[in-house]
Amino acid sequence: MSELQGIYTLWMREVLRYSRERSRFISSFIQPLLWLIIFGAGISLPIQSAANITYQMFIFPGIITQALQFTSMFMGISVIWDRQFGFLKEILVAPISRISIFLGKMLGVSTDAIVQGIIIFPFGILIGVPLNPAAFIISVPVMMLITFGVVCVGLTIASYLESLESFGLIQTFVNLPLFFLSGALFPVTHIPSWLRWVFYANPLTYGVDILRSIILGNAWTPLLPLYQEILIILIFDITMILIGSFSFSRRN
Amino acid sequence: MSHVIEVKGLTKKFNSLVAVNNISFDVDHGEIFGLLGPNGAGKSTTISILCTILKPTTGTAMVDGYDVCKHPAHVRKSIGIVFQDPSVDDRLTGRENLKIHANLYGVPGNIQKEQIDKVLKLVELDERADDLVRHYSSGMRRRLEIARSLIHNPKVLFLDEPTVGLDPQSRDHIWTYIKKLMGYQDLTIILSTHYLEEADRFCNRVAIIDHGDIVALDTPHRLKDELGGDTIVIRTQDNDRFHDLVKASGLAKCTVIANHEIKITVNNAHTTLPRITELAADHNIHIETISLQQPQLDDVFLHFTGKELRESGQREFYGMAGAMRRQIR
Repeated sequence: MSELQGIYTLWMREVLRYSRERSRFISSFIQPLLWLIIFGAGISLPIQSAANITYQMFIFPGIITQALQFTSMFMGISVIWDRQFGFLKEILVAPISRISIFLGKMLGVSTDAIVQGIIIFPFGILIGVPLNPAAFIISVPVMMLITFGVVCVGLTIASYLESLESFGLIQTFVNLPLFFLSGALFPVTHIPSWLRWVFYANPLTYGVDILRSIILGNAWTPLLPLYQEILIILIFDITMILIGSFSFSRRN
Repeated sequence: MSHVIEVKGLTKKFNSLVAVNNISFDVDHGEIFGLLGPNGAGKSTTISILCTILKPTTGTAMVDGYDVCKHPAHVRKSIGIVFQDPSVDDRLTGRENLKIHANLYGVPGNIQKEQIDKVLKLVELDERADDLVRHYSSGMRRRLEIARSLIHNPKVLFLDEPTVGLDPQSRDHIWTYIKKLMGYQDLTIILSTHYLEEADRFCNRVAIIDHGDIVALDTPHRLKDELGGDTIVIRTQDNDRFHDLVKASGLAKCTVIANHEIKITVNNAHTTLPRITELAADHNIHIETISLQQPQLDDVFLHFTGKELRESGQREFYGMAGAMRRQIR
């Protein structure tokens, strides 16, 4: 019971903090707009499977995934702030287990990230994505699956870093490659075959693909049967939760 | 059980560095127990072990009847901690910080509000409770941390350098609250400090720690008594020579040089002082200043460790001043 209360408390803290950061709200509106409207309109790649999918519609699920990914990674790494400003110490001496601390932080950050993702949905209507309420509702649990794993990647990285100075490195070597090689911006057929294995090894590829199948409906043919893609993400999540909680308990 | 804390043969090594070296002490219920020593003496390490943050290399420590290694969760519920470094979330309000703490420590929901209001009142933050902590001064943050550490009614309160980095006025403030805590619900307080006057004024007993060892442990009063009598502080043109002369003369119980002064501990200053001046005159040593002091905890520290507590810091300061002067020229 007290462990659950601890998880809830840390989740609540994360959400409270997030709700106070106005600047992030603004950037969460502007960034996807830039991608969807400027980038999406500027580059109009032909999309293979169906003629009625525009490039903007094609990248829309990719931009949602990008928002989830970037928020999760950044906020996950923000546990370094907690360490630098001492608040982590206060949590670590509290009578709750490290696993609960980890889970509380993870669920809190995931909630923030999912809110960031949901904010983007209305823009879909602007660019002509055929959105229906059912598609939106089914998207949310998929977004959760995508987020959990990435948050754990962020928390794992954070538990090995001393300061936020190396954040730029993570952006360059982890975040952007994962984003570019996830099929968010171009279909797998556009990727040269020597690079294609990275595409398939990236769990976000399947996240983007599931969201795309849900949002674009029958017009889109997924890479693999959907249940297999969901299974891959589930395995990724479970692996990352195990690695993350292990690193977090060990390091702090 | 009369002791709320029992420490036996506690040692903590960080690789080859021995931070705490085989120390033992007990703390009684309701006591204010001071750990006094320079930076890096092992005070924070000792507190961290008692708070279950660090595991000891060898030895045992019991807090409120629980072993810190075997039952850390029980120990954590029994203690409150104010860390040396700030540990509040500055993006939340004071009250939210307290609420989080109450939840983490499993304070039942129906008494949380009452308990939070009580501790806020105690540190006089009730009017600012709903402001974001980042708009607090450092003294207010410290007070919030003290309030927070009391929410779950701990048996033992650890204060690790509670006033370090605060201006004199805020330091006084903090001490007012700590004094209020004396006798508060049978609370025992362990505090570490490198301010001697704080330990002297507020602690029932003081352990002097140097290089990971406890070099002395008693009430401030008895520690000073142990030195005996009075202290003559004298500055001459040739301190080293005069120091040796006094030592050889057998007039003093103890002599040390610190900060360009000789501190001479004697049984009775009224009869010894004339002899000392005669001694200087006999050897043609010019006395620049001379004064009489009641022994202070400074002297006790000097006596047990052979160095002034803030000696190195002052030397650094002199060095900096010198460097600045050179630059100005």
